[in-house]
Amino acid sequence: MGEAIGSTATSDAVSAFPAVLRWTPLPLLAVLLVAAMLLAAGVGAVHLAPGQTVTILFGWIGLALPIEYTAQQEAVLLAIRLPRVLLAALVGGGLAIAGATLQGVFRNPLADPGLIGVSGGAALGAVSVIVLGLRPFGLYTLPLAAFGGGLLTTLLVYRLARRGGRTEVTTLLLVGLALNALLGALTSFFTFLATDPQLRSIVFWLMGGLGTATWRALTMVAPFLLIGTLLLPRFARALNLLALGETEAGHLGVETERLRWMTITLAALATGASVAVTGIIGFVGLVTPHLLRLALGPDHRLLLPASALGGATLLVLADLVARTVVRPAELPLGIVTAAAGAPFFLYLIYRTREQQGGWG
Amino acid sequence: MSLEARSVSYLVGRRALVDNVSLALGHGEVLAVVGPNGAGKSTLLRLLAGDLEPSSGEILLDGRPLQAYRPPALARCRAVMPQSTVITFAFSALQVVLMGRHPHLGPGGEGPADLDAVRAAMVHTETLALAQRAYPTLSGGEQARVTLARVLAQETPLLLLDEPTAHLDPRHQQAALRVARELAERGAGVLAIVHDLNLAAAYADRVALLHEGRLVACGVPWGVLTAEQLSPVFRLRFAVLPHPALDCPLLVPLPAEHAGAPRSHDIPLERRDEPVCTSR
Repeated sequence: MGEAIGSTATSDAVSAFPAVLRWTPLPLLAVLLVAAMLLAAGVGAVHLAPGQTVTILFGWIGLALPIEYTAQQEAVLLAIRLPRVLLAALVGGGLAIAGATLQGVFRNPLADPGLIGVSGGAALGAVSVIVLGLRPFGLYTLPLAAFGGGLLTTLLVYRLARRGGRTEVTTLLLVGLALNALLGALTSFFTFLATDPQLRSIVFWLMGGLGTATWRALTMVAPFLLIGTLLLPRFARALNLLALGETEAGHLGVETERLRWMTITLAALATGASVAVTGIIGFVGLVTPHLLRLALGPDHRLLLPASALGGATLLVLADLVARTVVRPAELPLGIVTAAAGAPFFLYLIYRTREQQGGWG
Repeated sequence: MSLEARSVSYLVGRRALVDNVSLALGHGEVLAVVGPNGAGKSTLLRLLAGDLEPSSGEILLDGRPLQAYRPPALARCRAVMPQSTVITFAFSALQVVLMGRHPHLGPGGEGPADLDAVRAAMVHTETLALAQRAYPTLSGGEQARVTLARVLAQETPLLLLDEPTAHLDPRHQQAALRVARELAERGAGVLAIVHDLNLAAAYADRVALLHEGRLVACGVPWGVLTAEQLSPVFRLRFAVLPHPALDCPLLVPLPAEHAGAPRSHDIPLERRDEPVCTSR
């Protein structure tokens, strides 16, 4: 078969060989994230120029910069803006990397954390403690109930989908669908029982928001989100192989059952933790990986960290919009992400259909 | 390195998809598995690959049971080419072939040696020109060649190929099996399910004939690919001629012979000459 291999036609492909993976987008995305955070930290009732924000932060760690700022600016930044911006970045990054991971695990570009029941379970947990008036853990009751509900549902979905030590992806998705319907019914039932003030809490929680951001909330969820965000990229190469199919990945040495178990658990932890403090924030986990896959290609080694950075940037900006467009009131963040995410997602679907001829 | 099935059966319910098959794949040979649809060829291959566990009997890799190996160790011993691979994400052909290197990679990812193996595999399958194309946009035959390249890039002493020629045009069918031959000459053991009996005859050292889950015959092409053995298995008459260029049989399927149906020489001349379709 030698004659067709040769000089001109293939030399480009050969010379392009070293560029299997380009890392340059990551520093770019990191710069974007820092810029978005500086912007978000400065905008609000009390304004801070980026230089002032940087000066205050450097002063915080003991480095003096020659830029003037007021004590009020410092207080607002350190007590209000900074935890909120950091929480937005952590939650956005966690949701997006969880979404990217699950899309890889399910070999389905439309998968998101909702599919494995995290959001539905968390919603039921939160709504039930609101309506039943349970407060065994005081202020922590609601986040704990949401977190526990999300994780329990994920375990249940996974458990029900397993048979003989194996998990079929289609079964998993169908079980998730069925359980989500059941959880939705129960959540609706509790909502139906709720009093008017309870309804208000429910609605706010379901629409999602970072209004509750404090240093304490941040330290509560940061470990879960950081664990997911830092550990998930280690599975990137195995997730790439999973794209070939479960059996094929196994033939190449991937222990697929372990891979799926680990990645789903980490994704559920990250999602559960963020849902617990912020309520349900849709579309970040779905749209961010989608967008970045179009721009950077499907290699999870790049896609996972890029999704974390991109999701963080998007949620920081979305939260900025949520708390500034109807000032002094605040729009629920879930409304902003869905309102911006859904049309954009439609556009992506049409674009992909034009380019690839659909999904078969 | 050798892979051996010892009295292996695989039951689904009470039906034996593979029925008491003993077969060994040694190094330096191409072993073609032939048989009609539903004969159990793919099931046998999946048993040998370790995807299925035998209901009875055992599969030994270098004398040790297959279950004793962890997936990464197994992936350095044998590569498996599936009938087809569907990929949802737009991985390039190069990225797909590079995945074949996974069992050999350390935490640092791929090095120059891996890229060399990938390049060699792509040269052998004539897929270098497709390197930057997205796998999902390739034609069925191109996808099959990229998949073959991925399997070659795995550089294993044993290869199990499930219909490597199914989606290929005649030239690439020959090329794919020639690659299998070259591998065998360099010491690899290659088992390939092949539907085209003439390809099996031309390229295999040994042919295994499966029928209803059982191994009917196994041996050199001249010994297995005979009209007497093939006709009852495929329920089709064959004429066996010597190959004009190679030392192997050439099989020509003959039209079905029904009781009472006219044989070709009984058809009246004027009907035989009647053109079936014309270019006019």
